[in-house]
Amino acid sequence: MKIVVAIKQVPARDSLLKVDKSGTWIEDADLSWEINEPDAYALEAGLQLRESAGGEVVVLCAGPDRATQTIREALAKGADRAIHIEMSHGASDPLALARTMAKALETEKPDVVLTGLQSDDLGYGQTGVVLAEVMGYPHATLVMSVETVSGGIRVKRELEDGWFQHVEMPLPALLTIQSGAAKLRYATLMGIKKAKSKEIRRVEAETASAAPSVRLERIYLPQKTKRSQIFEGTPQETARQLVEKLRFEARVI
Amino acid sequence: MTGVLAVLEQFEGKLHGMSYEALAAAQQIGAELGQPVYAAVAGAGLQQVAAAVAAYRLDKVHVVEHGLLADYTADAYTAALKQLIELHRPAYVIFPHTYQVRDFAPALAASLGRVLVSDVIAHRVENGALTLVRQLFQGKMNADVRFEGDGPHFASVQAGAFRSENAIKAESGGSATEVVTPVLEASRIRTKPLERFRESQRAVDLTAAERIVSVGRGIREVGNIALIEQLAEAMGAELAASRPICDNGWLPMERQVGSSGQTVAPKLYVAVGISGAIQHLVGMKGSKTIVAINKDPEAPIFEAADYGIVGDLFQVVPALIEALKK
Ligand SMILES: Cc1cc2nc3c(=O)[nH]c(=O)nc-3n(C[C@H](O)[C@H](O)[C@H](O)COP(=O)(O)OP(=O)(O)OC[C@H]3O[C@@H](n4cnc5c(N)ncnc54)[C@H](O)[C@@H]3O)c2cc1C
Repeated sequence: MKIVVAIKQVPARDSLLKVDKSGTWIEDADLSWEINEPDAYALEAGLQLRESAGGEVVVLCAGPDRATQTIREALAKGADRAIHIEMSHGASDPLALARTMAKALETEKPDVVLTGLQSDDLGYGQTGVVLAEVMGYPHATLVMSVETVSGGIRVKRELEDGWFQHVEMPLPALLTIQSGAAKLRYATLMGIKKAKSKEIRRVEAETASAAPSVRLERIYLPQKTKRSQIFEGTPQETARQLVEKLRFEARVI
Repeated sequence: MTGVLAVLEQFEGKLHGMSYEALAAAQQIGAELGQPVYAAVAGAGLQQVAAAVAAYRLDKVHVVEHGLLADYTADAYTAALKQLIELHRPAYVIFPHTYQVRDFAPALAASLGRVLVSDVIAHRVENGALTLVRQLFQGKMNADVRFEGDGPHFASVQAGAFRSENAIKAESGGSATEVVTPVLEASRIRTKPLERFRESQRAVDLTAAERIVSVGRGIREVGNIALIEQLAEAMGAELAASRPICDNGWLPMERQVGSSGQTVAPKLYVAVGISGAIQHLVGMKGSKTIVAINKDPEAPIFEAADYGIVGDLFQVVPALIEALKK
């Protein structure tokens, strides 16, 4: 089974973000970067699927040079090889990106494509679904687990309000993976060593052919609209003030 | 190409709560753009739902009926709604940002060469042009987004961004409905949905709690949860958590608050080391008094909080436990 896992590099979770001069992106020169969290679960699901069904795991990543680090980490965890679509930061729209990704996968003909369900930076939550549409694959989103059955796969989807649903579909198929469904593995020393010699195929992103249908005008820190009372001082002082407010103003303790 | 079409979600003959919010959004945007407002609902056996939708002020309600729409599949919904949109050519199509919409709306937009603007929190109309606001970086930044070129333009609205009580009812007799039967073939539906099920019986009913202390990933390690337990005890509160804590198995699933956990509205909700992602906020923002303790002054949780302490929880929480004893 050929399994492609699409991963993205995003700013580390605790980054302090500032808008850059263009006003449409963040100052990203001094940030540290990590794999998008749901994508880490997609990679885990891909590696587990390979363990049960055999085949290979190919990592697909669109991003600038620095994304090589995230690709190497995925290879160190056990992916067999990688495709790196070289492009500047990931602010392109999901349709343009999906077309580029589909192009890069043309010769691969994967049986299963896995993505995270959304990215922690742009948060479109669409790239996987749009990629399925572009590639003509059936898809399922918010997937918690995958098993092979005769004629294809059976997945467990998360629904709202604590409900779940099993869905069956033929292969090839695309799945977007929800965080938290499995325990993530760590890279072993051996894995890290091996990763150095694994293949990374680099492809250039095409310049978009179709005119985009949406445009990001500007980004900005959200204005504070609610007037919350923020306490300052030593932990003891702030704690005392808060307890007083909760007792005598809000009267909730 | 004209009009704003709200695509509503229903399940077993009942409208999804967020459908009313999408309806309110379409009515507001339609009024501001001076365009007619329509609604569509897809499924099988929709008489009751159609009547419920027609109670709202709409220029037309499209009832998309087909046996193959009885159980939701992305393939059937995408095909049916694509036909409706190509037939009526609305300028804007608005969805509630539900799990189901996440599953098919991006594909529907892409099948028409468009990009869905997902999870919209606000809008404004200037000189007849619509600007949408959505969140980036898990709510730490906002972005203004505009549509380019010809419609149909697609957007989904975040839970709570538009208020369902602002949806305007029809004056009398209700709005006109029209049943449409899409052309669907069973052989084109590639996925097979099976039974829906629930996993665990809930032993803890957080909804009954008067006070809740909730812990997030800022706690770093399972061993530190005891500290938050002590705080909960000192406040006479139930212990709850954000999703990553339950995913890690540090607390049982039944203590999770949020869109995939429980929805709570206690007198007091204390969020410790929780960033305030929308999926968490929807589960607790109805609480009467909200307290946030977080080291990041820009954390979105402070926007929901009545009282906040910016600081290291490992210093603040012990001090708080002390102060509560006095
Ligand atoms: C479909 C879907 C459904 C979801 N359902 C849910 C749900 O039901 N419930 C839910 O909670 N989430 C849910 N999520 C996940 C949600 O998007 C967030 O990822 C999650 O809520 C983040 O949890 P957190 O705030 O604990 O962690 P983080 O976002 O990592 O935040 C940790 C916070 O701790 C602070 N912090 C760190 N160290 C300290 C310290 N020493 N002192 C003080 N503060 C500190 C940081 O500043 C940060 O703000 C869902 C996501 C999706 C896509």
